[in-house]
Amino acid sequence: MAELEAVIGLEIHVQLSTKTKMFCGCELSFGDEPNVHTCPVCLAHPGVLPVPNEQAILYALQIAAALECEVAPRSIFHRKNYFYPDSPKAYQISQYDIPLARNGRLGDVRIHRAHLEEDAAKMIHLGGSGRIHGSGASLVDFNRGGTPLVEIVTEPDLRSAAEAAQWARLLRTTVRQLGVSDVNMEEGSLRVDGNISVRLAGSEQLGTKTELKNMNSFRFLERGIEAELARQRELVEAGGVVEQETLHFDPTDGTLTPLRSKEEAHDYRYFPEPDLVPLAPTEEMLREAREALPELPAARIERYREQLGLAEDVAALLAADPETAEYFEQAAAAAGPIEARVVANWVTGELAAALRQDGGEGSAAGSRVSPEALAELVAMVQEKKISHGSGKMVLAALVAEGGDPAAIVEREGLAQISDSGELESIVAAAIEANSEAAAQIRSGNQKAIGAIVGAVMKETKGRADGGEVNRLIKQQLSS
Amino acid sequence: MGDLLELSVAEAAAKVAAGEISSEELFGAWREAAAGDELNAYLWRAQEAEPGSGPLAGVPVAVKDIFCTEGVPTTAGSRILEGYAPPYTSTAVRRLAEAGANVLGKTNMDEFAMGSSNENSAYGPVLNPWDRERVPGGSSGGSAAAVAGGLAPCAIGTDTGGSIRQPAALCGIVGLKPTYGAISRYGMIAFASSLDQCGPLTRDVTDAALLLAALQGRDPCDSTSVGIEGGVQAPSREDLKGLCFAVPSELARDEIDAGVREVFEATLARIEELGGEIAEAPLPHAEHGISAYYVIAPAEASSNLARYDGVRYGLREEGAGDLVEMYESTRVAGFGAEVKRRIMLGTYALSSGYYDAYYGRAQRVRTKIAADFDAAFADFDFVVTPTSPSVAFRLGEKTADPLAMYMNDFFTVPMSLAGIPAISIPAGLAEPEGGGPRLPVGFQIAAPAFAEQPLLEAAYALEQAIGFEARPGGGGDG
Repeated sequence: MAELEAVIGLEIHVQLSTKTKMFCGCELSFGDEPNVHTCPVCLAHPGVLPVPNEQAILYALQIAAALECEVAPRSIFHRKNYFYPDSPKAYQISQYDIPLARNGRLGDVRIHRAHLEEDAAKMIHLGGSGRIHGSGASLVDFNRGGTPLVEIVTEPDLRSAAEAAQWARLLRTTVRQLGVSDVNMEEGSLRVDGNISVRLAGSEQLGTKTELKNMNSFRFLERGIEAELARQRELVEAGGVVEQETLHFDPTDGTLTPLRSKEEAHDYRYFPEPDLVPLAPTEEMLREAREALPELPAARIERYREQLGLAEDVAALLAADPETAEYFEQAAAAAGPIEARVVANWVTGELAAALRQDGGEGSAAGSRVSPEALAELVAMVQEKKISHGSGKMVLAALVAEGGDPAAIVEREGLAQISDSGELESIVAAAIEANSEAAAQIRSGNQKAIGAIVGAVMKETKGRADGGEVNRLIKQQLSS
Repeated sequence: MGDLLELSVAEAAAKVAAGEISSEELFGAWREAAAGDELNAYLWRAQEAEPGSGPLAGVPVAVKDIFCTEGVPTTAGSRILEGYAPPYTSTAVRRLAEAGANVLGKTNMDEFAMGSSNENSAYGPVLNPWDRERVPGGSSGGSAAAVAGGLAPCAIGTDTGGSIRQPAALCGIVGLKPTYGAISRYGMIAFASSLDQCGPLTRDVTDAALLLAALQGRDPCDSTSVGIEGGVQAPSREDLKGLCFAVPSELARDEIDAGVREVFEATLARIEELGGEIAEAPLPHAEHGISAYYVIAPAEASSNLARYDGVRYGLREEGAGDLVEMYESTRVAGFGAEVKRRIMLGTYALSSGYYDAYYGRAQRVRTKIAADFDAAFADFDFVVTPTSPSVAFRLGEKTADPLAMYMNDFFTVPMSLAGIPAISIPAGLAEPEGGGPRLPVGFQIAAPAFAEQPLLEAAYALEQAIGFEARPGGGGDG
């Protein structure tokens, strides 16, 4: 049987971090007492009307701009009718056939559409599994009801679980950088569902997809998709057929359970929301959204490569996290004449390794190493005031305790031996102590030089410049 | 006391402003009159007035029970809102209060404004003050009967397909449906959101203008509200020279009671006497108005009424204890037959697979009706029709035949679908089909969107010329 290819699209809900809800003046909050942020509008009292939150529209336009979408001149709000305790109006105000934004792109993935809507209230199911079925009672917290959401739907352009998780991280970074959402998966301000199918590699036709929900971390997203792909592959390879259904991922045991079909059998009876006029962003709003765009990862990678001469992988590593990128730029500026490329290598290489060594997932920006300190350290190594090895030791000390690199060099006595007389005698002593290696070098085996260099380094505690030591050994042996 | 009740709103407000009478006196007189309600026009009556200032200082207003009033029972004529006292006040009522007016009481209505006879109220039918065996029209029947029956100097109601104009016509008073968007809908319990519009029911055109002036305006709480540019002034026009009134060509073949047609023809002659011109204009799609309306309005209603579930407010019937059981018991007990019928119709019309055939097509008809009016207003100033094809009918006469009942809205629905303003003024009396004492006939004038001022001017001139002085024989305290 030919190989099966994964076809994955994502549906992402981003809670906007506006001050107030999408259609009323209630404050947004997370973790407050239940049902304290409510009013007649978000509790759907008789006679109330929705008023769109202008800040939410602006935030959505920023997301649309960041995703390079076309913005509809007049997008339409629709009522999505469904009767459920989390929806007090018994309909959600969403967008349907004319969404705010369409046809965008982020990285290698095309964006199908992005639209504005309101979040449902939060339901808490007591007893049982924590899901509605089998629970003893269900409580509703209307604090979350009416929170502005942007729903982003990608084209099915992703080909593996890892790729999907990686792309979702890029989206999170991008949205976080806009400052329009907390994009926190654990808290639910970023929710990612997967549309997953398999097909014969090379086929143009899409297979039947399943929808995967409840993956509340990037790790679970990857594991959930992985599990579903495995299930579909096994099914298809055994001659079975994938059925369209919605699956719930249980992160505790990695299992997938179908949601009851009754829950899915919705006829939403969409129709244009008569209480709202079409959403027609003004030129000024569009300009404001564009101008508020920070430099996004894709553009940053480009600039690092073109203007700073960074290697692509180093540029991508830095740009993936705006805080790290910012840290790098500050360090590069402080390092003055030192090439940015060198500073970048220190940030992504030595510093990242030292932070890992230190344990935890500390980022450069959050570490004790200030960008200025790193710049000073790199300069000392570049100017051969200390050896590269000593540089790493100083960096470890900086990660552990912070402070000034020069002071650490002084304290630890790591300054490079600059007195050539002193180094010459150490080299002579090393040659004498390793006469066998010296003989081999004399007879043409240059590799044997390592033993003598090692002895010198041991004696100098790494404070000697490797190039100089090599030169001195060769000079002394040839004389 | 009796003298105070004879004053129009404009006259009473002028006397309060001049210090000739106090607002307490005025309110007290009307409170007493309202207390004598034998028409079942009121569902709730105020005991006290808040002192206010402004153009309507001291004026009591009867408010249709569809407007939310903070802390005051608001039922929309439905059992499902029994015991509901809203935590907020509608913009329309708030604006009246800001102009100095006071709520005199909340008036009876067809449940959720669905009806043309007021027989769909969960709190019993309203009686027509001209003949208590007959309906006052609907759905703002309580407001119309209160004004006509001397139980209130003026009232506000809502009009979705004729719910202000038709009861005004059947009760012999003035009823104005403004342009959609002229008055905020915030706090007005929704029936069909794209059609619902608040408006005044008054004794004369001047009072209608006075109330409209206070009510209209853009409201940040209603995204669809825009207000009337330039505001509204008291009308003063005395003739109709240079104005052209178009009668829809299709009217000739429509079923209209002979008496109503007679009064209509006489009113057209009156227009000509005042220097106005009468012409014929085609409104080819207007006759499909009822069909389109009875798809669009129920569709929106099916969505608007889904929130009544017994959880957060209003009636709750526990049933056997389980949540779904509670929902069902509450709705079975809380909604009346007509409301249930329209929820079912509307749900069907929006269902997947039927949307295009029903809701989509109805919206296209609506667009064509609006285009018909646009075309007519390119050549003429106003379109005129009888407000209702008949005078007030007997209680129970049409309850078994929903279609016959729906046909009452035949002349009023097209304007609602087009979103344009229309006024009904009393034009005379006519004998009902089958005989009996003569009853009021309404004359409807429709104008282009936001042309309320020219509409009121023309209605005023015609009103002065008609000089309608008849009063109901019974009703109220006399």
